[in-house]
Amino acid sequence: MFTTRKQYHPYVSPFDPCHPICTKTYVTPPNLYIPFQPPNLPQFPLHEALKKGTLWKVFYDPYYGPYETAYKGDIQ
Amino acid sequence: MWIYEKKLQYPVRVSTCNPKLAKYLIEQYGGADGELAAALRYLNQRYSIPDKVIGLLTDIGTEEFAHLEMIATMVYKLTKDATPEQLKEAGLDAHYVNHDNALFYNNAAGVPWTAAYIQAKGDPIADLYEDIAAEEKARATYQWIINMSDDPDLNDGLRFLREREIIHAQRFREAVEILKEERDRKKFF
Ligand SMILES: [Fe+2]
Repeated sequence: MFTTRKQYHPYVSPFDPCHPICTKTYVTPPNLYIPFQPPNLPQFPLHEALKKGTLWKVFYDPYYGPYETAYKGDIQ
Repeated sequence: MWIYEKKLQYPVRVSTCNPKLAKYLIEQYGGADGELAAALRYLNQRYSIPDKVIGLLTDIGTEEFAHLEMIATMVYKLTKDATPEQLKEAGLDAHYVNHDNALFYNNAAGVPWTAAYIQAKGDPIADLYEDIAAEEKARATYQWIINMSDDPDLNDGLRFLREREIIHAQRFREAVEILKEERDRKKFF
């Protein structure tokens, strides 16, 4: 399988004016890893698929904001 | 032709009176990577692309109008009862003097929509790569709006729209694979 969140650590100068963000994140969505959808992939139940925005479990990759405290936000 | 269904693709709920969110959302209404640009880009490219992928452009282009309608509903709900004073606080004072509470196709910085946002090169691969890039940019824009928004109901709708961009990008990538004609076995959905 693959991950859809990646991190990198930019250079931090001792003279940077703002408090440094040492870890930056970015998204690598599922479509990058599946060149052509193979047949018979697992599906969500229909009513759930309509809510999630996709029928296919492998393509479901929700994104949450920093204010959505019920979940860990995608940025720190 | 089209058949219109008088309901939204996904229910739009907004839980807080926060016109500032409307200012951000308008990026997906009349911005370069917004839903209007997406719909017009795909539907226009249909006439000069191999038959095999015309249907895909029709489907996705049509869905983008359904997304446009969702964004419009979000903006409308966030601004319909806002006073000029509230709009001013939200940074929408320039919008107000030009449009009152009307929606308009411009981006979050107030720049009006232009056809220069969309391309039609006539080369099927070039056009599909543009479409893939457009979907990834729209996905990223939804992420940045979600990061700025503290409205859980609004974010729920934005999360749905962002997921659709992932699916669209996937289908455009598959269209490229189809046009490469190197697949041993082709399957259409
Ligand atoms: Fe899209």
